[in-house]
Amino acid sequence: MYAFDYHRPASLAEAAQLLAGNPDAKLLAGGQTYIPTLKQRLAKPAAVIDLGRIAELRGIREEAGGVTIGATTPHAEVANSPIVKRVIPALAALAEGIGDPQVRNRGTIGGSIANNDPAADYPAAVVGLGATVRTSKGRAIAADDFFTGMFETALAPDEIVTAVHFPKPEKAAYAKFPNPASRYAIVGVFVAKTAGGVRVAVTGASPCVFRATALEQALAASWSAAAIDGVTIDPSNLNSDIHAQADYRAHLIKVMAKRAIEAAG
Amino acid sequence: MTEKGIGARVPRKEDLRFITGRGRYTDDINQPGQAYAVFVRSPYAHARIVRIDKSSALAMPGVLAVLDGQDVAADGLGNLVCGWLVKSKDGSPMKMGKHPLLAQEKVRYVGDRVAVVIADTYAQAKDAAEALAVEYEELPAVVELAQAHDAPALVHDEVPHNLCYDWELGDKAAVEAAFAKAHHVTRMELVNNRLVPNAMEPRAAIGHYDSGQDAYTLYLTSQNPHVHRLVMSAFIGIAPEHKLRVVAPDVGGGFGSKIFIYGEECVVLWASKKIGGRPVKWTAERSESFLSDAHGRDHVTTAELALDREGNFLALRVNTKANLGGYMSTFSSCIPTYLYATLLAGQYKTPAIYCDVQAYYTNTAPVDAYRGAGRPEASFLIETLVDQAAIEMRMDPAEIRRKNFIPKTAFPYQTPVALVYDTGDYEACLDEALRLVDYAGFPARRAESERRGKLRGIGISCYIEACGIAPSAVVGSLGAGVGLWESAKVRFTHTGKVQVLTGTHTHGQGHETTFSQLVADKLGVAYEDVEVIHGDTEKTPVGMGTYGSRSLAVGGEAIVKACDKIIAKGKKIAAHLLEASEADIEFKDGKFTVAGTDKSKTIGEVVFAAYVPHNYPAGLEPGMEEGAFFDPPNFTFPAGSYVCEVEVDPQTGVVDIARFVAVDDFGNVVNPLIVEGQVHGGLAQGIGQALLEGARYDESGQLLTGSYMDYCMPRADDVPSFEVVTARGTPAAANSLGVKGCGEAGAIGAPAAVINAIRNAIGVRVEMPATPERVWRAIQSSPLAKAAE
Repeated sequence: MYAFDYHRPASLAEAAQLLAGNPDAKLLAGGQTYIPTLKQRLAKPAAVIDLGRIAELRGIREEAGGVTIGATTPHAEVANSPIVKRVIPALAALAEGIGDPQVRNRGTIGGSIANNDPAADYPAAVVGLGATVRTSKGRAIAADDFFTGMFETALAPDEIVTAVHFPKPEKAAYAKFPNPASRYAIVGVFVAKTAGGVRVAVTGASPCVFRATALEQALAASWSAAAIDGVTIDPSNLNSDIHAQADYRAHLIKVMAKRAIEAAG
Repeated sequence: MTEKGIGARVPRKEDLRFITGRGRYTDDINQPGQAYAVFVRSPYAHARIVRIDKSSALAMPGVLAVLDGQDVAADGLGNLVCGWLVKSKDGSPMKMGKHPLLAQEKVRYVGDRVAVVIADTYAQAKDAAEALAVEYEELPAVVELAQAHDAPALVHDEVPHNLCYDWELGDKAAVEAAFAKAHHVTRMELVNNRLVPNAMEPRAAIGHYDSGQDAYTLYLTSQNPHVHRLVMSAFIGIAPEHKLRVVAPDVGGGFGSKIFIYGEECVVLWASKKIGGRPVKWTAERSESFLSDAHGRDHVTTAELALDREGNFLALRVNTKANLGGYMSTFSSCIPTYLYATLLAGQYKTPAIYCDVQAYYTNTAPVDAYRGAGRPEASFLIETLVDQAAIEMRMDPAEIRRKNFIPKTAFPYQTPVALVYDTGDYEACLDEALRLVDYAGFPARRAESERRGKLRGIGISCYIEACGIAPSAVVGSLGAGVGLWESAKVRFTHTGKVQVLTGTHTHGQGHETTFSQLVADKLGVAYEDVEVIHGDTEKTPVGMGTYGSRSLAVGGEAIVKACDKIIAKGKKIAAHLLEASEADIEFKDGKFTVAGTDKSKTIGEVVFAAYVPHNYPAGLEPGMEEGAFFDPPNFTFPAGSYVCEVEVDPQTGVVDIARFVAVDDFGNVVNPLIVEGQVHGGLAQGIGQALLEGARYDESGQLLTGSYMDYCMPRADDVPSFEVVTARGTPAAANSLGVKGCGEAGAIGAPAAVINAIRNAIGVRVEMPATPERVWRAIQSSPLAKAAE
């Protein structure tokens, strides 16, 4: 780890001010990606701003029939939250399947989506449920606009995720095919039947989470696993690596989608 | 007293400190004035070192020294050596490329040691290592084993075709004659996948030169501290052997990877003197371990089995290409030869066997012994080949094995590949395994799985291994540079407590418990009164260390011999105290008794007399401390039958291990609890090789699987609850305990059982690791599986 300045602001306003004054600073939430990155000297920040002590960024509440989750709420809290379990059980189940107990007790939803790892689980839920990402600049960014590319988001350099609001779906489920080594998603598919229509979000398979529109159309016509039998997933934009070739990932998207549909009921 | 003796399920005495975090590992040790070493490693698989400019690194804060290969050469230090000479078919010796402590002229794999930076703090050493300016001229890399022979590049310029040796074993003419008259030939090409050892504790070392004493101390993660001392003094020339103390304290797993003499540990010892005698510490980061610990396995093999009409094996012909990596590691030459081809008879009476092995250098990390070392490769080959033969001959896989087993009446049995098996009852193990798994009930279980959309398969593996390494004269005649005896000392204190000093080393095996049981049993003392001391060349007698499932079969027997000497001396003392003839003294359960009387002395009384010899036999030395060496007359041959049942998800290719039954013949068992634990761990590693683990380099020689994000270690949820039976022993003949060794069996026998079960499930053999993607692709090509879908 290289030397850096460390800040631990007590409020969001203070954090935003620090970030504005330190263009080379990095935000630290649960640190489940960033701390290993620092330890391997793969990052050399001038300063690190730790969001861990900002009370207003943490917590889960019911809002407008859905759920709002503060940015620094750890996965384990989401997984065990009676509110999330009642309103969007698929979201609690997804959080329960992230990483391992250590990761779930440190890693946060805001950190996960701001990092936008192509194989992370949360982006699938945010896109799949049509969630809204709220920020320190007062913006409410629609999920479809938030994830812009591999490790890229719509956040401005001096913008901090404050919370994510998830509307309540009619039905939803997430099915993940984990990488046996890292347990990140090789393919993760989040399906939801929402007021705005059917949404199918796929993570792990390509450089960035995406909506599988062909699957959405088939499911809009008929909400059943059999409905997607005839859909072909184009592997040309999918990842190929030592863990899975693109055609296998394309195949898994359908398999996981079916399992998710069956789980959603 | 003997409720904790031989055969008792005694919980391990060392576990309390391990589980409560009170073990003392090398990195836990800190010495006054300690400096830190960080190694600069090659980012290229193959490159010429054009220039190393130390100036900027030396100018960094806290830097005490920057040392490179030229400094090593200037100080006249020797190269790392491979201690086993293998000769090619034409009688020429293997071509050992130079392996300097720090690279000279060329680097030969990503992670090769280029220089070391020593600084006051770890962070300073790390910063300066990054600042060191090394200019390389990148060369084409030889990465793929299969292409090493004809590669345009040479790893060692003086080794044509990158071929280190081309070795053979067996009667080629007899094999060819048998193939000529065979009814059927089963042929198979297979890969034994490359593995990264991944001990929980990474390698670490603290070197210290004491200028006052002109003496050296090295703390390190070693399975054999005396071997480290020997090589560092005799071959590397860092310190004279009598001036070098090597201490291997608690060591968190080895699996073979901590047998070897690596450059880093030598360098920190040498560097301590270079900086004026401050201790120098180095602890590998996990990514360094991936790059630089010796890897395991990595064979490409063609195997053919000739059979007669009834399914009797007539002959076996094997050609193997073995990967040595960029340099020959300490025992690398004997792994794909004498620890591999000599086991190719397996449990079978195949009359003729021929094997030739070409060992190649490639621009990858060195490859050496890893849990099983050669024997897993042999066992996997035989057991997948025999299974394939059964399929082709339309025979039951259990029946074809039974038909060809060496019968229990045939021992001792001379195989056509040099070894003489002492004892065994292979059919008994197979019968028991099939009974436990309910072999006859498998079709019903398969049908039940099918109803749930799953493909169920069952696979058998009947492994054999040669352990208790090793009879010195035998290995010497085959090229070994050392003797493989073991030594022990048993020392009583005045108060009747016992210190057992052993030349073996425990790094997870539970020697402190097993050896205490042994001594409690032999001397009739309380188990709690025995302390086992190991791992320090200044405390323990000379030893050869722990590997090859040798510690009990060789080291334990040395302890028994020392106990025998204690008893013999005790009889003299007891005879004197009891005013009887020495010939009339019997020793049992800690008591010396005059035969046929109730006159006796406890061993404690006799020991006290030995230390307070006021009333003592004339001419007898006082004291009660005896040492012994044991050189085994033969290897031991643990064997067993494993049966694995898998359930395959045809939609994803995911393999779930539903059952795993292991029936092992380890001869007599001292502590069944420890033995079962060793089997569990071995099976997990074997399953890891079969399903999860595989080191991969890209075409330029970069390690793609350099962290746990990409290299998959087995975890608790990857393995089933094992069904293990270890009480089927035929006692070994090579030691009085009748023990065979159990540390490697699971890793040796498990892979074939898993792969055979998958083949049984989907109709196609899948190469290891049988990842979901590979299994899924195999299913796409399998008519059997398609029908089931």
